[in-house]
Amino acid sequence: MSEEKPLDNQTGGEPAEIVQLMSRSVEFTKELMAENERLRFRVVELSEENRKVNLSDSLEDKQRYLQQQIRQLEGEKARLLEQYQLVEEQNQVVATRYVEIEEENNNLANLYVCSYQLHSTLDFDEVTRIIMEIIINLIGAEEFGIFLLEEKTQILKPVAMEGISLEGIPAIPLGEGIIGQAAVSGENYYSPGLEEGATASSLSHPLVCIPLKIKDEVIGVIVLYKLLPQKTQFANVDYELFTLLAGHAATAIFSSRLYSEAERKLHTIKGFMELLTKPQ
Amino acid sequence: MPDLKILVVEDSPTMRQLIFFALKRMKGIEIVEAADGVEGLKKLNSQSFDLIITDINMPVMDGLKLISLVRRDVKYRTIPIMIITTEGGAEDRERALALGADAYITKPIQAGNVLDTAKSLLGIP
Repeated sequence: MSEEKPLDNQTGGEPAEIVQLMSRSVEFTKELMAENERLRFRVVELSEENRKVNLSDSLEDKQRYLQQQIRQLEGEKARLLEQYQLVEEQNQVVATRYVEIEEENNNLANLYVCSYQLHSTLDFDEVTRIIMEIIINLIGAEEFGIFLLEEKTQILKPVAMEGISLEGIPAIPLGEGIIGQAAVSGENYYSPGLEEGATASSLSHPLVCIPLKIKDEVIGVIVLYKLLPQKTQFANVDYELFTLLAGHAATAIFSSRLYSEAERKLHTIKGFMELLTKPQ
Repeated sequence: MPDLKILVVEDSPTMRQLIFFALKRMKGIEIVEAADGVEGLKKLNSQSFDLIITDINMPVMDGLKLISLVRRDVKYRTIPIMIITTEGGAEDRERALALGADAYITKPIQAGNVLDTAKSLLGIP
């Protein structure tokens, strides 16, 4: 077992050794201090790095969140665009339908006015004048006429003309030519080149023939020879007007003729009655 | 009480009724009818109008004469005039517009066209 030496003995008591020891201690302390400083610097560096790493994580989160938001908004945008297109398509359908209804409304108004006017009088001349007005103002014909069938002679006799002198128009036997044939068949006749803006080549080759019918009985024919220059082709409403004229004009003419006949007979009877009751 | 008054000068009752139907689709409109230019002038002297619609070919006084008389009178100079006629030639149109007509529509008429032109002349959107 070794015996502990006093401190002085341990250091050897040599001043040089002590100085050396002390200087080594100083150096060691300095080294420790430097190391400490380096470590502190490193701690700061690591703290900074750590902060940056944390920041980077936060940015990535934010980026992920924003990307998610973008995806959601893009989905919303696509959905809204789809809805917009749907609404736009519906809008188009409604607009088209509106135009169609407007047109149909106008056509119905025209047909109503024609029908109303045709049955507004029992005067034969006025009825023919109204038919002429309808053909000019609504169909847009420049040269046309009305032929009525004489039952006894079976001849179509012109009773009113527009744009052509009435005197120059010959009567047409039933079944003869285009007009006579239209009266026999009771079917509307349209010239083959009508849609290309053709005009009648002669009085016997009209553009259109509309037989005036009461049920299946033809009482006359409306004949169109020439349209107004601005009327280039027929529209759907024109064909509806032809159908309306075929029926309503026929009944209006027939009624007015019956009424005129009845008036004439009444007048004759009244004359007779006056003669019979006249005091001698 | 109607807001706007329109004078329709037209010899054909059928046409007058058609024009009436077309214009009646505007709200607050009163339509006064005349069968020729002379009757039209009489109505014009007794009432105030916002628009005149006239045919050209009419008995007693035609539409062109009516327009020239209306435009000569300071009282009526600003009333817009619309013509509805069978005369579709460019010369007829130019003559009518030169006399002072504001719009020129040819027959056969289309109600929509009459309504739109009337609205435009009356400043109705």
